[in-house]
Amino acid sequence: MTIELTIDRQPVSVPEDATILDAAKAAGIIIPTLCYMPDIASPGSCRVCLVEIEGARTLQPACVTKVAPGMVVRTNSKQAREARRLSVELLLANHPWDCNACVRNGQCELQDLAQTMGITDVRFPYAGEEVPLDTSTPALVRDMNKCILCRRCIGVCQDVQGVSTLAPRARGFDTVVGAGVGDNLCEAVCVQCGQCSAICPVGAIYEKDAIEDVWAALDNPKKHVVVQTAPAIRAALGECFGLEPGTCVTGKMVTALRRLGFDKVFDTNFTADLTIIEEGHELLTRLKKALVDKEPVALPMFTSCSPGWINYMEFFFPDLIPNLSSCKSPQQMFGALAKTYYAQKAGVDPADIVVVSVMPCTAKKFEAERPEMHGSGYQDVDYVLTTRELGRMIQEAGIDFMALPDGEQDTPMGMSTGAADIFANTGGVMEAALRTVYEVVTGRELPTEKLHVTPIHGLEGVKEAALTFENCVPDWKFLEGVTAKVAVAHGLANAQRVCDKVAKGEADYHFIEVMCCPGGCIGGGGQPRMTTNNVRNARIKAIYAEDEGRPMRKSHTNPAIEEIYRDFLGEPLGEISHRLLHTHYEKKESSLTPATQAK
Amino acid sequence: MATKKCCNGDGEREHYAALDEFIASCSKGRDALIPVLHRAQNIFGYLPVPVQQHVAAAMGLPVSEVYGVVSFYHYFTMQPRGRHTINVCLGTACYVRGAKKVVEALCDELKIRMGETTPDRRFSLMTQRCFGACGLAPVLMIDDDVHGRVTPRKIAAILARYE
Repeated sequence: MTIELTIDRQPVSVPEDATILDAAKAAGIIIPTLCYMPDIASPGSCRVCLVEIEGARTLQPACVTKVAPGMVVRTNSKQAREARRLSVELLLANHPWDCNACVRNGQCELQDLAQTMGITDVRFPYAGEEVPLDTSTPALVRDMNKCILCRRCIGVCQDVQGVSTLAPRARGFDTVVGAGVGDNLCEAVCVQCGQCSAICPVGAIYEKDAIEDVWAALDNPKKHVVVQTAPAIRAALGECFGLEPGTCVTGKMVTALRRLGFDKVFDTNFTADLTIIEEGHELLTRLKKALVDKEPVALPMFTSCSPGWINYMEFFFPDLIPNLSSCKSPQQMFGALAKTYYAQKAGVDPADIVVVSVMPCTAKKFEAERPEMHGSGYQDVDYVLTTRELGRMIQEAGIDFMALPDGEQDTPMGMSTGAADIFANTGGVMEAALRTVYEVVTGRELPTEKLHVTPIHGLEGVKEAALTFENCVPDWKFLEGVTAKVAVAHGLANAQRVCDKVAKGEADYHFIEVMCCPGGCIGGGGQPRMTTNNVRNARIKAIYAEDEGRPMRKSHTNPAIEEIYRDFLGEPLGEISHRLLHTHYEKKESSLTPATQAK
Repeated sequence: MATKKCCNGDGEREHYAALDEFIASCSKGRDALIPVLHRAQNIFGYLPVPVQQHVAAAMGLPVSEVYGVVSFYHYFTMQPRGRHTINVCLGTACYVRGAKKVVEALCDELKIRMGETTPDRRFSLMTQRCFGACGLAPVLMIDDDVHGRVTPRKIAAILARYE
């Protein structure tokens, strides 16, 4: 049913579940918002979107007020304008005014609002008391001085991720967004996904910046600095320079990295392809143990590329740790190989190699610092930059990104296939794995259109697919007629649903892909703001286009992968692989034990 | 997990058992949180973090949310109460007759802030609105004793009467 209403003297008709904000948008009217988040239930707490409704006693927030037939709304009456301006002025009275030295300077939604509303004079002086920064985790910095209590971060932490680390505490002027029950994020049950940092409208939660460390390495002539970029960066970096979401900038990104001074521009895609080989063989080995040897083995197997997801398992589902693939994430495989395989090949002392990652993710900063990630004998990955940080470095270096010619990654660790590209999005790791596993088992290419497994595409929270192996090659004859059942979940609240099912023994899946962030890595906590579902879909489309445009689209066809097995690793799951490419997980003991979530 | 000792170590198991029994009698979900916290504070005397964690786990709620509720309502306290509770009246009459100075003097003397308990658990310092003894303003109560016409100078002598 559609609803007819009038907004600012214009007739509008919208679906019945629309809010006034939706209706105004449809009529080409912009109502300022702050706490409102597209795709997520709005807390309706900031009062920045107040509008006048004829017959209503008070002004109503447009973002949470549903339309009604015959409603007459005025968004720009004197009363509405003044109330909204007052809301923003009061926010400014509780927010420091050091905008010029803020990480969000120029990209701050509060700044934008003050500008939009023409605020040039604030009647209330800043009344906050300074509290120390929380820099306790490798991934995130919390500056509660800047927090305006809009509660967006609480919305993503509780509803989207189901982790519920963040919650409001105390009351009135003393209210803060607290983490767990302590003062510091490191004491709380936080997976460090950084979704809070991606949605914060101001500079209250942000990635822990590694830019200065990376500059120092680049400026040090003794260091051989190599960089890897995650598959999801190329589909989002352009947004830092004003390009539309969904613009792929692989070539410009490579040139920009070279101009920043990196000695080698490699690609995490290379180790994404390698992950498929290792993880695919791990899956087949587990299936063989279960079906042929009748040995007890943990199935279904979960993917292990996403460090926020790993943290989640270690906190919330430690009993399912044996089900996690032992494969390191592509980032960590890359680090371990850069300081061994590449060091040998290039004749560089691994002590002089600095590995920098560009990741869409804040949890990757945490992952790089895990003590077990020293397979090479050194910390395998030295510094992790998020997409946002790389954007800032390029800007600081005075590189005109839009004018850059396209470049190509260096060999051998920059060579990859389309299967690696799609690691960027939900369903991609699974599809890449199926492209290889099906071919290994049957000797034939995955018999689907353009090698896609469409049931696991898209933004549905939990997706499933089934694939039957027929006419198997002799080595894998035991899989003849077996139907492999797979599931894909993204966003930890969705992952929790799948884990609950597995823990109760109600799931008959063989293989499950989980990505911590909604949409997968393309929607990671380190990506350019704001990531809405429209933006996610645009980035995913760009990634699949990148995949389809490649001459090689299956990980096992990557010649650089063949080469590394021939020259260095020997065989999948071999001894060197185990030392460099695989890892283990541990139940996380927190003094502040998590209670599982409510819903 | 090492559980911090609450009011007395020996009775702790019984305390948790009593709390669990109450939680079992409540409706499922977050609606019962406030009644459960009331009961927990009655049982333990206060709501230290381990008790909050226990409540969160037993009710299937995030501990951050339980902590949020405990810190929101002034009735709930995360500090054990002292042997004696000082209540300073901050009603209008007491306020205009200098109750604020009395509070400041108490804070200085006890080296705690309003709502806190001294490390030796001798005193807890609270405020109230009007005891109905406005003629004696400013007034404070220690346990059940009313002390009227209090001035900062008299504080030390009054406190000395309580061990």
